[in-house]
Amino acid sequence: MTGDVAAVAAGTGGCHLFSGCGFPAPGLNDFNFKPLFVIGSFSFTKPELVAILCAILVIAFFWVALSKPKVIPGKMQSLAELGILAVRDQISRPAMGRRGDKYLGLLISLFFFIFLTNLMELIPVFQFPAMSRISFVIPMALTVYVVYLYLGFKNQGGWGYISNMWPRGVPWPVYIILIPVELLRFFFIQPFTLGIRLFANMFAGHLLLSIFMVATWYLASLSIGLLFAAGSAVMVVFVFLLELLVDLLQAFIFTTLTATYIAASLEAQH
Amino acid sequence: MSVLAAATTTTLQLNFGAIGYGLAAIGPGIGIGLVFGHAIEAMARQPEATGRITLYMWIGFSLTEVLALLGLVVPFIFHAS
Repeated sequence: MTGDVAAVAAGTGGCHLFSGCGFPAPGLNDFNFKPLFVIGSFSFTKPELVAILCAILVIAFFWVALSKPKVIPGKMQSLAELGILAVRDQISRPAMGRRGDKYLGLLISLFFFIFLTNLMELIPVFQFPAMSRISFVIPMALTVYVVYLYLGFKNQGGWGYISNMWPRGVPWPVYIILIPVELLRFFFIQPFTLGIRLFANMFAGHLLLSIFMVATWYLASLSIGLLFAAGSAVMVVFVFLLELLVDLLQAFIFTTLTATYIAASLEAQH
Repeated sequence: MSVLAAATTTTLQLNFGAIGYGLAAIGPGIGIGLVFGHAIEAMARQPEATGRITLYMWIGFSLTEVLALLGLVVPFIFHAS
């Protein structure tokens, strides 16, 4: 049973309040989709469409806006520059200073791709944040993981990077706990929580939005249900605004933490 | 004479996922309140630092909230179906 089938069952056939059927609560099934088309054993589903579309949009926008930059910028160029300067001044410079400017390509790509895929949750035809499938989050987190480990080992040396993970001048019994915790943090917990933070926020947000939208439809029966449906519709508006905030915030946080991890790799923390 | 007592068992059906999330939301609830409370107090003490405080406030909020969201998501991950 896929999300589409459940939605159709709730929509047609009039499954409303007081008509005998229970509330078709959105669950895990709403995150699985029937493939749009199948080639051999490769099936192309809606989350893939959303992700590819967002990637193409981001690349196309920056290409068109900045391929022939003029000294006096046109509209698209100033919009793109606004975005780039926002990432540089709010995310990259506070974490890394000027030497982080060479990693700006990664940070800008991450920020705009994640922001646009998150926004797809709210745009009517798509209504699915690609990052609510863990398979789209894993490459993001893995990329950041490989980048900061590579930069750490390159800039501080093999043993230098690892020995800089724990601070100096601490009484020796504390090292018994500190060293495993810091090793775990750098090698396992940081990439894991980076990915899970984005995934869980998008998953929970999509679930919340679907619950209220399905509830509005389900409650809209010609009875007291209309009043409940109006209340549910008001909740949809609030959750929409909340999701707008969360989309921007999660893209910002992912990028800021990437910048922080790269900064920690570039020079010793202590 | 032995009396055979009919044994009846009742199973209590609990939704552990929901209980787990409820427990998981206690800590981050307190934590997020602390983050925003201290941020507001800091902004009241020094209004010209509002921009910088807001930046760190959002970072602290998202780091704390992930724990509550993990409590929401983990029951779905370990769903036995």
